[in-house]
Amino acid sequence: MLDFIIAKYNFWIYVVLMMIGLFAMLAKRNLVKKLIGMNIFQTAIILYYVSIGVKKGKVHVPILVGAHGHGEHLFKAADYLNPLPHVLMLTAIVVSIATTGVALAVLILIYRRYNTLNEDEIIELRQAEQEAEV
Amino acid sequence: MNGMTQQFPALIIVIPLLAALLTPLLGTLTRRLCHPWLVLIIGCAFCMSLGIAAQVITSGPISYNMGGWEPPWGIAYRIDHLNALMLVLISGTGLLGALYSGPSFAKELPGRQTYASALYLLMITSLMGIVITGDLFNVFVFLEISSLSAYGLIACGSGDAPFATFRYIIMGTIGASCYLLGVGYLYISTGSLNLADLSRLLPQLYHSHVVLTAGALMLVGLSLKMALFPLHAWLPDAYYSAPSTVSATVAPLYTKVAGYLMIRIIYYLFERRFFVEVFPITTILSWAAVVALLIGSIYAIAQKDLKKMLCYSVIAQVGYIVLGIALVNKAGFSSAILTIVSEVCTKSCIFLATGAIIYRLGNSRIDNLRHLFRRMPYTMLAFTIGAFSMVGIPPTSGFFSKLYLLFGCLEAGNWVFIAALLCSTILNVIYFFRVIKVACFEDPQPEYQRQEAYPAIEVEEVPAAMLIPILLAATSIIATGLGSFWIVDNFVKPLLKVVF
Repeated sequence: MLDFIIAKYNFWIYVVLMMIGLFAMLAKRNLVKKLIGMNIFQTAIILYYVSIGVKKGKVHVPILVGAHGHGEHLFKAADYLNPLPHVLMLTAIVVSIATTGVALAVLILIYRRYNTLNEDEIIELRQAEQEAEV
Repeated sequence: MNGMTQQFPALIIVIPLLAALLTPLLGTLTRRLCHPWLVLIIGCAFCMSLGIAAQVITSGPISYNMGGWEPPWGIAYRIDHLNALMLVLISGTGLLGALYSGPSFAKELPGRQTYASALYLLMITSLMGIVITGDLFNVFVFLEISSLSAYGLIACGSGDAPFATFRYIIMGTIGASCYLLGVGYLYISTGSLNLADLSRLLPQLYHSHVVLTAGALMLVGLSLKMALFPLHAWLPDAYYSAPSTVSATVAPLYTKVAGYLMIRIIYYLFERRFFVEVFPITTILSWAAVVALLIGSIYAIAQKDLKKMLCYSVIAQVGYIVLGIALVNKAGFSSAILTIVSEVCTKSCIFLATGAIIYRLGNSRIDNLRHLFRRMPYTMLAFTIGAFSMVGIPPTSGFFSKLYLLFGCLEAGNWVFIAALLCSTILNVIYFFRVIKVACFEDPQPEYQRQEAYPAIEVEEVPAAMLIPILLAATSIIATGLGSFWIVDNFVKPLLKVVF
């Protein structure tokens, strides 16, 4: 069992992180904490992608010297890291930053309107508003 | 000119994307140009999408390799009959919304039209990007761009729009992250992100747990994005508090684009037997869809506000699309596509009309709609056509999509689905005809005998820039209804040949 955990430790770490994020999003009442939970959730997935591109002991970065007709060179794919997941994650990091930025801006709007960031209090205030309308 | 048409798949994304980034600059020079600019750019995109659709109908699917890189490595755009149809729908709805946005943004977002226009363009671009691309990671990026622009646009709405938006952000991000994780699982088991390449590689791996998990994660992520019951709770508040133009484009398009992705995953990425034999998730999906179309309609009846009622009706309609997809037979598949077409036209028409009502009345409480048929005859005419299509009265497009769905349920031999379908139609009648009743007929006179004259009511239609899109959307409902056999012949049948 322990071997099983150690052999795939990167997966375990990302799953644990992801669940921490999910828990924060579900259980925390403060909206900023929910946002931080969302960030942890996204970061967990980014770490998962980054970890699958890594090969132990093979630290070459695939810069192809032999490419584009600059002489012959033999390559073994197993000697090289897979750069694609890392490149993909650059985009995903940008997406996650943009989401955080928008969410923070929205939180400022919420705070201006309700003067609190506690979800329970906001829900009470909203209900009071709706009753006042009726 | 021929070389130009070959570049349409790239230009249809690149031009609106660049234009979206230029819009704030243009806005600082002169704010008045933003509206014509928006119409011009989306009009260009609409023309290009028509060109692409014509090309697909006459000479079959188009492949376009971005930057000349071959598919498994580069990002390839592959446009078959399904994408071509979706592109026309998205850019068409976008064009109607762009026309409408002039007076609507000026009233609801005074002083903020520039940024709203920029986000609006970004939203339409990214939705077109989702449907045009053949690369799963590219889909994620466009999915997030579309969500981010929707968050921004919804948050500038009235009332408690920010809080509704925050919920939408949390749920939308979980959905997108699930999808991304699913793509990651497919990547570690195959090493590819290209949809066509993956569909070739995956059949050998159907019994791998990683692939099963990937399928489940992607479908759950998309169900969140399309607000399939029981993952729908974020939708009504968010769409309700959005500005009129935004809800009139977000409501018809977002859930349907997610529906399109679901079709791609179930029928194209995996073979359909995977979701029937190996991993029978379609059974779960179809039951969730049946509950969605009943619960959505029941909630809609309970609403006292027209726009809120329509938001719940969006949830019900998601049920029709998913049911069609999850039946996994020819009629069901056809009905899913026809429902997407009819829903985009109908929801766009109804939400545009509701936006016009809010423009005039200030709110959309159903009690306030009295005499509206005399005050706003054209808007209400369009609304009535939309309501007929929602219920499924011929010759509107809603009738034909429901007919195919009924055939699909008959083919599947599931009588519970048929009963639920008929039930939900009756529920649709209840909640739409209630609105028409209030708006059209006066309260009955005490002794059924009118003494005094009818109260004088002046016609107060909305500005032409808003009325024209409403009437065009209403026309499109009738046109797609009468032309539904043409759509089936030219778009659905070629797809059926590939899938079944």
